[in-house]
Amino acid sequence: MSQTNPAIRVSELRKRFRTTQALDGVSLDIQQGEFFGLLGPNGAGKTTLISILAGLARADSGHAAIMGHDVVRDYRQARRALGVVPQELVYDPFFNVRETLRIQSGYFGLKHNDGWIDEIMHHLDLTQHADKNTQNLSGGMKRRLLVAQALVHKPPVIVLDEPTAGVDVNLRRSLWEFISRLNREGHTILLTTHYLEEAEALCGRIAMLKSGRVVALDATRNLLQLTNEHCAQLRFDPESVPPAWQGRLQRDADGCWRVNFSDYGELETLLADLRGAGIRVTEMHLLEPDLEDVFTDIMKRT
Amino acid sequence: MTGLPALFYKELLRFWKVVVQTVVAPVVTALLYLLIFSQVLEGHVEVYPGVSYTQFLVPGLVMMSMLQNAFSNSSSSLIQSKMQGNIVFVLLPPLSYLEFFLAYLGAAVLRGLIVGLGVWMVTLWFAPWQMPQPGWLLAYAVLACAIMGAVGIVAGIWAEKYDQLAAFQNFLILPLTFLSGVFYSIHSLPPFWQAVSHVNPVFYLIDGFRYAFVGQSDTDPWLGLLVAGACFVAISALTLMLLKRGYKLRH
Repeated sequence: MSQTNPAIRVSELRKRFRTTQALDGVSLDIQQGEFFGLLGPNGAGKTTLISILAGLARADSGHAAIMGHDVVRDYRQARRALGVVPQELVYDPFFNVRETLRIQSGYFGLKHNDGWIDEIMHHLDLTQHADKNTQNLSGGMKRRLLVAQALVHKPPVIVLDEPTAGVDVNLRRSLWEFISRLNREGHTILLTTHYLEEAEALCGRIAMLKSGRVVALDATRNLLQLTNEHCAQLRFDPESVPPAWQGRLQRDADGCWRVNFSDYGELETLLADLRGAGIRVTEMHLLEPDLEDVFTDIMKRT
Repeated sequence: MTGLPALFYKELLRFWKVVVQTVVAPVVTALLYLLIFSQVLEGHVEVYPGVSYTQFLVPGLVMMSMLQNAFSNSSSSLIQSKMQGNIVFVLLPPLSYLEFFLAYLGAAVLRGLIVGLGVWMVTLWFAPWQMPQPGWLLAYAVLACAIMGAVGIVAGIWAEKYDQLAAFQNFLILPLTFLSGVFYSIHSLPPFWQAVSHVNPVFYLIDGFRYAFVGQSDTDPWLGLLVAGACFVAISALTLMLLKRGYKLRH
């Protein structure tokens, strides 16, 4: 586990399913200890990329490695270094929680893993459900069991594919606290999510996929500065819009007026026009672009 | 082979948790066959001189139960895992295709042997005790379960829906086992169907297994062993090739 190896290295990965090119030459490196977000609309290739990393799918061409271990040639070491929380809420109805975790440990050759199993069950609030059949767990508990299963072998790299889809607010929060803690302890996290505010809050770096290609790859704070669309929110008195600005100024849900602009000069012109028409500005806010704006903007442009 | 014991254990635990369905039910079914057929045919049919019909039928029923249950174990475990999606639990860890094969095969063989033993035990009430030849008995029992366990792996991987697996079972496994001399000697068939029976590998399994019990058979038990061995090698090679390629498991 050399410190020089990236946690995940993907180069020129291509994968075609019948008529669709799921991945069209994806390359990226994720360094050890990163909290990395993989975003993209449905069908962008996120799950295909994760499946190739996990060995659930095979690339047509290109390479992928976990902690320096090729996922095909050194699949044993690669899979030992990787914990995957799958997107689907799957469980094996034949077993209870503890059996599930013991069996999963056994697949990695870990025979006496009960100490660690107890610890993860404790952190994920599963302890009181240890003897419950997985069939009788609620959706949230099934999700937590999937996280626990991904961690039985203490993998340095953890992949979470849409882990909070359909999960209630409390569980989502406790899940993120737990994952953030794992990240602080040195685990590399790769996350795909549809909740962009989660990605913005958690991920240090983000890649955006579209139609099997990386269309953006940068630190989250750099991405947030990428868009040149700004938005101002105003109230003014009297509420009559100068003729030149009709159509540009829009009422929003708060009863304020909103205007989008890409150049601050436009804002100056607006303020001058308002003053010229004898209209007094009573309130003004500049809204910082969030990841959703950037995401929408990038998806539109590419 | 680090993960093999766990996967084997998981497969055993899986059928053991539903033992009524996986062991008791097939034993009861075999008992019903025995009661009905021996009631109707005992005294009317003597296949081999000095061997009663019930004595003739018992080894066939034991073998048929082993075949069907060995197939059932690996195939139903796999199709359930695929339909439910929990097959990823065994695809994500560092298990090799050989470990995968041996675990599913081993559990299928064990289930087949347990069911076979159960059927044999309950039939002891109805047929006089006869000491089988242990070498032939074990060789045929293990080979038969292994062949069907491997066929079950192939079927479980190939089938994408329960009805595809049911088709496999009803149109292939069931006819092969029924038309193989469980209930009759193939020498009582017209020449054409005798010839057909000789290309059915299950016929050799039942004939050889019966030889272990009654010391008489339709063909040489060594030939049967050769056929069974060749079948096992062939089906194992096919299964391992499919697993290595990740056929329908790793896309």
